[in-house]
Amino acid sequence: MSILIGVQQADFVPATELERLEALGGGAVASFTGIVRADAADTVALELETYPAMAEQALRAIAQTATERWPLLGVTMIHRYGRLPVGARIVLVGTASRHRGAAMEACAFLIDWAKTAAPFWKKEWQSDGAAHWVEPRAADDAAAAAWASRAPK
Amino acid sequence: MKLDLLYFSWVREAVGRDGEVVELPTEVATVDDLLAWLAARGEGYGVFATTERLRCAIDQTFAPLSASIAGAREVAIFPPVTGG
Repeated sequence: MSILIGVQQADFVPATELERLEALGGGAVASFTGIVRADAADTVALELETYPAMAEQALRAIAQTATERWPLLGVTMIHRYGRLPVGARIVLVGTASRHRGAAMEACAFLIDWAKTAAPFWKKEWQSDGAAHWVEPRAADDAAAAAWASRAPK
Repeated sequence: MKLDLLYFSWVREAVGRDGEVVELPTEVATVDDLLAWLAARGEGYGVFATTERLRCAIDQTFAPLSASIAGAREVAIFPPVTGG
């Protein structure tokens, strides 16, 4: 099992990260890339704050849980922080497995949990210089909680 | 008891600093107690009275606000996370 965790300001190149997973000998690699979206017309950037000392181990714990639940060959989780303009990559989750089912399910599990169990906070910046902290979404909590009641494959 | 406190997001902004070292009286036994003790400082610290909107981590692990802080080195206080 090969787990790669990154908490960084720098951008990442999804293709490069996925090649690492493709080389692990499985038949399936699945991935999710999160992008800064303009929820309002005047949104210009998201500022991601993190608790650096905790973030890496929180993501690693989530990855570890996935490897206990699905037969994975590799997991990659990279989460950026700092000020990221609309269109920038925020997060990458990648999984490798022998078959597609485990890779895709684990990928969905990992991003659902990364949203609710890793210490990151988003602040939305507008073109007029105003900013506000993004409120947590009940749907995100529900998505993460739903995995507890789903039978592992 | 000496404890490192860390504040994030709008908790950090309300207090006006990202953390501090505090010397706690012995009756402060849980995170809930800690929040009440901090809120009593007034002004920006009033943010600690909004406990239903606060979450915490003890020594870099998420914990309920009812958790004991006995033996803890570092307690972080923050809003619900919104990453991903």
